[in-house]
Amino acid sequence: MREIITDVAIVGAGSAGLSAAYQAASAGADVLVIDENARPGGQLFKQIHKFFGSKEHQAGTRGFVIGEQLLDKVEKSGAKVLLDSLVYGLLPDKSMGVISKGQNYSVKAKKIIIASGAKENYMAFPGSTLPGVMGAGAAQTMINVNRVLPGERILMVGSGNVGLIVSYQLMQAGAEVVGIVEGAPKIGGYGVHAGKIRRAGVPIYVGHTVERVFGKEEVEGAQIVAVDDKWNKIPGTEKTFDVDTVCLAVGLNPMTELVWMAGCQFDFIPSFGGHVPLHDENMETTVEGVYVAGDVTGVEEASSAMEEGNMAGVAAAEALGYLEHEEAERRKQEIRGRLNTLRSGMFGAGRRSAKEKQLEDMKSYLAAHKRTAAEQKEEVFFA
Amino acid sequence: MRVIEHPILDELKDQKKVTLYYNGEPVEAVEGEPVAAALMNAGIRVFRTTAKRHEPRGIFCAIGRCTDCMMIVDGIPNTRTCVTPVRDGMRVEKQEGLAPLKPQA
Ligand SMILES: Cc1cc2nc3c(=O)[nH]c(=O)nc-3n(C[C@H](O)[C@H](O)[C@H](O)COP(=O)(O)OP(=O)(O)OC[C@H]3O[C@@H](n4cnc5c(N)ncnc54)[C@H](O)[C@@H]3O)c2cc1C
Ligand code: FES
Repeated sequence: MREIITDVAIVGAGSAGLSAAYQAASAGADVLVIDENARPGGQLFKQIHKFFGSKEHQAGTRGFVIGEQLLDKVEKSGAKVLLDSLVYGLLPDKSMGVISKGQNYSVKAKKIIIASGAKENYMAFPGSTLPGVMGAGAAQTMINVNRVLPGERILMVGSGNVGLIVSYQLMQAGAEVVGIVEGAPKIGGYGVHAGKIRRAGVPIYVGHTVERVFGKEEVEGAQIVAVDDKWNKIPGTEKTFDVDTVCLAVGLNPMTELVWMAGCQFDFIPSFGGHVPLHDENMETTVEGVYVAGDVTGVEEASSAMEEGNMAGVAAAEALGYLEHEEAERRKQEIRGRLNTLRSGMFGAGRRSAKEKQLEDMKSYLAAHKRTAAEQKEEVFFA
Repeated sequence: MRVIEHPILDELKDQKKVTLYYNGEPVEAVEGEPVAAALMNAGIRVFRTTAKRHEPRGIFCAIGRCTDCMMIVDGIPNTRTCVTPVRDGMRVEKQEGLAPLKPQA
């Protein structure tokens, strides 16, 4: 097996991983980013809507433009990006198993940053496995990245931001969205997005759920039904739609497999998508030298993923001696400020308190235990 | 169906067209796009059947995470077509259940 040795190895070339790479490499570290896709950017290039937030978060700029700017910065920073390469394992001595274009490699790094993102939740109902039922993010990938329509008449399930944004983007791509179904009594996402949908004449059925999807080999139609405040279906309220595609926008969950493999401790925070790794202000987990950033630490959005990536990159560079403590602290202070702004307001406040709990739980853990050192872990591992 | 014109993204042009073979039939594709996108563009949405109940499956996540889109690509079964780029002349077959692993030459 061939061996690659580097200062910092980063899993995932999405918003978080690329930001971390830029920070660590521009501080002088030797950085390798590994991603299984043929193109870098993770979920960024499918986000063609304008971002929210303040000026420093490039509010008003579209996601894919931010992606191009980020790639440019990473390239100039000297970080290497290894594409078409899957990280299939992570050992306690911080070596990773990587399969790259059919070749097996062992990547050894002093610091590892796991920025593997999240995957879409599934929802079960009769017909939910039929081809034509897909994640809303899958439809978004198809239209905005691959430029192929997944269907012509679409029913969207879920009215959070992803459901609203993707519905609008499906219409921009030329599909017809017949309606959005929302189980809760009110719309989940931002009013701005819901307003656009409503103005386009798409009905949003709050207090409704999917009863079933019809079809032999693929989706041929869907039926929805109203639910009461205890989520019981109300007979007689069924509505049937002639659709060829049903998109599920029912949340995301963090891709934590490698973090578990590394032996990190976890928290359970439902609003972040379930099990999320404990980490400190530097994004370092309970295993020394293993950092996390982005959706894998709890599902938020691209702007906060970038800031967490920045934080992990600065912290790793500092720990390796590439940044003086004062300079690192100054940069971290700025990043923390921006993260706090992102986690404020009507929709951000919940995420802020969830993040505070995660940081608190990390503190209690560290008060009771020592952070696992890589070597120590190894002994246990091979004992 | 391709999304050619778009209110925000650039118009789609200068794409290198190649041919892949789906169950032996030629399908026009764009070089480098995921196999799943080329098939979907051609209106093919059933990619495989499950091993026990022989139920149809197509794409679910489109980013390589769910394995719903696995097909036999150039003789290799269980290939996730949503993250496998198209090459000219590629052979893609619908996968029925657990396709046997063919010894590689
Ligand atoms: C399909 C989808 C659509 C989304 N759409 C929106 C949206 O429209 N608006 C919004 O605000 N938020 C959206 N999000 C939410 C998301 O929080 C952010 O968009 C942001 O991109 C997350 O950044 P990240 O770097 O954490 O993860 P990602 O951008 O997902 O990057 C992670 C990268 O790591 C790679 N990877 C993971 N594991 C491995 C491994 N073992 N080996 C090699 N590579 C690996 C992945 O392939 C991926 O490229 C979406 C999320 C998903 C999954
Ligand atoms: S559609 Fe999920 S892995 Fe391809």
